[in-house]
Amino acid sequence: MTLGLEHYLVLSAVLFTIGLYGALSKRNAIIILMCIELMLNAVNITMVAFSRYIVPTMLTGQVFAIFIIVVAAAEVAVGVAIVLAIYRGITDIDITKIDMMKW
Amino acid sequence: MGLVISFWIFGVAAILAALGVVFLKNVFRAALSLILCFLAVAALYVTLSADFLAAVQVLIYVGAISVLIILAIMMTREIQQGSPGNKLQIPAFIVAVLFLGVLIYALTTTGWNISTTPPVAPTSVALALKLLGKGGFVLPAEIAAVLLLSAILGAIVIAREK
Repeated sequence: MTLGLEHYLVLSAVLFTIGLYGALSKRNAIIILMCIELMLNAVNITMVAFSRYIVPTMLTGQVFAIFIIVVAAAEVAVGVAIVLAIYRGITDIDITKIDMMKW
Repeated sequence: MGLVISFWIFGVAAILAALGVVFLKNVFRAALSLILCFLAVAALYVTLSADFLAAVQVLIYVGAISVLIILAIMMTREIQQGSPGNKLQIPAFIVAVLFLGVLIYALTTTGWNISTTPPVAPTSVALALKLLGKGGFVLPAEIAAVLLLSAILGAIVIAREK
């Protein structure tokens, strides 16, 4: 039995779906941030698997994965800052109660 | 053979840890489970012969992002309230299962153009040449630096006390 591209693709599809379900169904803002990180990780696995199996000597997928990691780091820094600012304002990070911008 | 065994071990570990992130009641334990998932993904990068990316994954995700998330959990004192679901739990589950089915069908029925060339073994130098060499990704790398700087400044501005 050997490893194929499909193994990694199905694994990352499962990880992405778990992250998607968590991001859609949770009320805690920090849990939602964590689920978004899960989804970004799943996409990274896909990128690296395509790079390994389709263009093994070009490494393009790994360069893409590096840029995704950079953007994820920026996103989580700003996201945590926003969560802390909201918590300081209304002492709650339940996203069903954060409706200041709703009219 | 070792690759296959390690793929199954770390793949199952990654999926179980991801399920823990979603289904554990304690938010702090969910964060620890997320760290385990990041480590398993780093091991999967090693099985894909992406050694530099595995090191980057451990440094940035396990080192930096998890510390940020744990800090946020500590500062918001939400650990006791757990991670309750919202009203959309059942529709979200149905959408996720349908999405997974479509995705797996599409991924397994597509005929991928698999190359049989062996991969580049130590990827650090090749990756640096690809990123910063001639015809590489120099401009995106510089824009990424500007993005990180602006994200840090934005985070400071948003999160500081008045």
